[in-house]
Amino acid sequence: MQPRDVDESFLALPLSALTEAALTRAVDLGCEHADLRVERIRTQAITLRDARLEALATGEDLGLAVRVVHEGAWGFAAGVVLTAAEAVRLAEQAVAVAQVSAALATDRVELAPEPVHQGAWVSAYDVDPFDVPDAEKTALLTEMSERLLAADGVEHVQSGCMHVKEQKYYADTSGTRTRQQRVRISPEFTALTVDRTTGAFESMRTLAPPVGRGWEYLTGGHRDWDGELAELPELLREKTKAPSVEPGRYDLVVDPSNLWLTIHESVGHATELDRALGYEAAYAGTSFATVDGLGSLRYGSELMHVTGDRTVEHGLSTVGWDDEGVEAQRWDIVRDGVLVGYQVDRNTARLGGMARSNGCAFADSPHHVPVQRMANVSLQPHDHGPDLDGLVGGVERGIYVVGDKSWSIDMQRYNFQFTGQRFYRIEGGRLAGQLRDVAYQATTTDFWGSMRAVGGPDTYRLGGAFNCGKAQPGQVAPVSHGCPAALFEGVTILNTVQEGGR
Amino acid sequence: MSQLTGQQLVEKALAASTADGCVVHVVESTEANLRWASNSLTTNGAMRSRQVVVVSFVDGGAGMATGTVARTGTPDVAELVAASEQAARDAGPAEDAVPLVDQAPPGGGDWDADPAETSIEVFAEFAPALGEAFGAAHDRGELLFGYAEHAMTTTYLGTSTGLRLRHDQPTGRVELNGKSTDYSRSVWAGVGTRDFRDVSVADLAADVERKLGWAQRRVDLPAGRYETLLPPSAVSDLMLYAYWTMEARDADEGRNVFARAGGGNRIGDRLAALPLTLRSDPAAPGLEAAPFQVVSTSSGSASVFDNGMATPAVDWIRDGVLTNLVRPRAWALKTTAPAVVAVDNLLLEDAAATATQDEMVAATDRGLLLTTLWYIREVDPQTLLLTGLTRDGVFLVEGGEVTGAVNNFRWNESPVDLLARITQVGRTERTLPREWNDWFTRAAMPPVRVPDFNMSSVSPAS
Repeated sequence: MQPRDVDESFLALPLSALTEAALTRAVDLGCEHADLRVERIRTQAITLRDARLEALATGEDLGLAVRVVHEGAWGFAAGVVLTAAEAVRLAEQAVAVAQVSAALATDRVELAPEPVHQGAWVSAYDVDPFDVPDAEKTALLTEMSERLLAADGVEHVQSGCMHVKEQKYYADTSGTRTRQQRVRISPEFTALTVDRTTGAFESMRTLAPPVGRGWEYLTGGHRDWDGELAELPELLREKTKAPSVEPGRYDLVVDPSNLWLTIHESVGHATELDRALGYEAAYAGTSFATVDGLGSLRYGSELMHVTGDRTVEHGLSTVGWDDEGVEAQRWDIVRDGVLVGYQVDRNTARLGGMARSNGCAFADSPHHVPVQRMANVSLQPHDHGPDLDGLVGGVERGIYVVGDKSWSIDMQRYNFQFTGQRFYRIEGGRLAGQLRDVAYQATTTDFWGSMRAVGGPDTYRLGGAFNCGKAQPGQVAPVSHGCPAALFEGVTILNTVQEGGR
Repeated sequence: MSQLTGQQLVEKALAASTADGCVVHVVESTEANLRWASNSLTTNGAMRSRQVVVVSFVDGGAGMATGTVARTGTPDVAELVAASEQAARDAGPAEDAVPLVDQAPPGGGDWDADPAETSIEVFAEFAPALGEAFGAAHDRGELLFGYAEHAMTTTYLGTSTGLRLRHDQPTGRVELNGKSTDYSRSVWAGVGTRDFRDVSVADLAADVERKLGWAQRRVDLPAGRYETLLPPSAVSDLMLYAYWTMEARDADEGRNVFARAGGGNRIGDRLAALPLTLRSDPAAPGLEAAPFQVVSTSSGSASVFDNGMATPAVDWIRDGVLTNLVRPRAWALKTTAPAVVAVDNLLLEDAAATATQDEMVAATDRGLLLTTLWYIREVDPQTLLLTGLTRDGVFLVEGGEVTGAVNNFRWNESPVDLLARITQVGRTERTLPREWNDWFTRAAMPPVRVPDFNMSSVSPAS
């Protein structure tokens, strides 16, 4: 059963003493704001190669960090020794860093106000993966992999599961004190076939997304793993025999198992205000969706309704409060095809003229400073939208895209190229077998502008990733994206073999 | 908490081990960084951390099994060792089992010395110079963005077979991105460093200023295949992807670009028309990397059983011919081929090449000069077709001179294919991979000329 509070073993850490030590010292040194985070992150990665355990690694990262605003400049320091003396040292070091910065900073940090919060939040899961014996987890993954490997035509199987348990305590000088615990899991199985004579090889991966659930994701009837593993070999066989795609323009029906990643890259990152303001300009990039377009930029067709949230159950970026003590919220980003909102943290909220942060600050470890990170950014289904058959039925000549694979988008989030796990030809409103060597390429606003139909609520699925990268030093964040299947008209399709010059 | 040293933690863990074998790493890390945007410092920090990794080896009768457990800080060693042994007992026999390494490699370091450290002081000269660059850029109506980082890690590796090895690894990088105030012009300069003593902000700023000047004239060009000069940074990002794919087992199993149709791998095949050598060397000047292996978890390209194994210099491609692939000892035994270990640096060179990038520009009638590549992802593992963007400077070269800046492109290319199509390489120099420098900073590459680089579509991004 889901626990109602954070594990006692984490709460037994000297959280109050560290808070008192760090925040008192920071206030004494004249900080306008100071916060303390104590985090324990447990991670386990189990990998199997051809149904044999290749590696089982369990890690635990425990540490603390002090962040301050001192005379309008940020300062940050992190350590791993959980004593009051170290908390004081970190507060002093953070102020010293702020003083170094102040000499070279012209931009004064001011945090948008936030009510004081005190409480506990635990994500929705049943079975803590770290309570399940390693042998039991490995046995299940081995058995599932063996099933796949035993199938005709499957020469190799790459599989594994990564799970994370994140415990976090946050305290700041305004009086907010929060404790949180969340669990996430990412199982994957890939079947590979090799044609020894020609040297050709091809693979196909399960579509099950990473989610904010516990070990029950693999055992509890949330997903038809047996069915998915059983059909994979035949789907792979069909893919190897499929014709190579003729490049050109096609109508695309994009399955949620693929569309989530397109949303992530072309809407999620493009509507991060820190990017639009230039804070990521040298690294992750900027955005075509500049602030002057808020309320007027035509992002896509009128069917396009995109929300940001940190609240959806089992979402990977769902929290109770963010890493600046801001309560989780849900808001509109694109409504009726027009840009109406951004993702912000407390400093960028103020820079963007907003009264309050929508809670998008996150640090991936106790060693890193919180940066603005993505909410669950989701495309809403149409209440009376068609089901998948209805979407396909409306296409004369097109391609149905299933599962994510390769992805790439430019630094302003205009030009993207995606591949998938499998592609089906659509002829006369019906699926007509798989195609291979397919990639779709588009410019963000053209693509979303070409969205002619949005599926109904029964086509809506949550996808996601553990490993979204941003910031320097680099940080990774987990995030989910919900979406229905949708129809896009006249999208450019490439043949990847021809692109390679063959 | 007690204040055990890294060496004491290693000894304590090895003493607590009741397994058939044990490997312990303690990695002491310090790091300082500065980040800036629009001529102003933004988020900065100083971090200190310590990771303790225990790998236990347990013979359950059917073969040796392993388990890895890692903690930060000063963990309860007995508990950590017990958890690692339990993980090993729960695991089935490991496919990569071979006896643990017991021969000390050369360059094992001074075990007894304190860990090396860095701090924010490493920027004592860099930061004021950066401030001057901010002022100068402001006066020209330009904006500077970027990042500087210095990290020091000291790794103590101890094994139940008696190895006591230590390595200090300094890693530093600077990226400087210059933009016009409307962001329409954007250029980049970057450098890797061990200690920041060789970093000149003025040189980086001058490079940025020169390229922003080139970009004063804007030329729109369509997608297509262009004669293209790739500078060392762009070459490094492409060659790194090829290097990371050089796993012998994948090739032997027919599942990467280095697999041979009909079975086996492509060692012995000519990949490059020119006599290019792609190599790694832990002693390469300025690019020094660990001379022994440190492995927490096994994969197709590294094995926990190989901890402490020497990582000698290795040629991956010699005179244009594929010569080596990465092969842990267990796979080497299975395939009666030599064990070959990956090293944390990469160099591409043609010993006879002398041309500088400017000389290559001067010898170009019409072509593109790139600055960096970005968002590189694998499209087709069969050919190692990669996709990505050009970033921060695509320049048009006409009659031996840069005549303007061109829009960005999305490209689709395979680094293995490119090797065969490179028609000229210049002098190799130290460079910073733009795309991969979060993970890999120690590279030396030449500028190269490709007659027909595939710019697949236009990117409107700047």
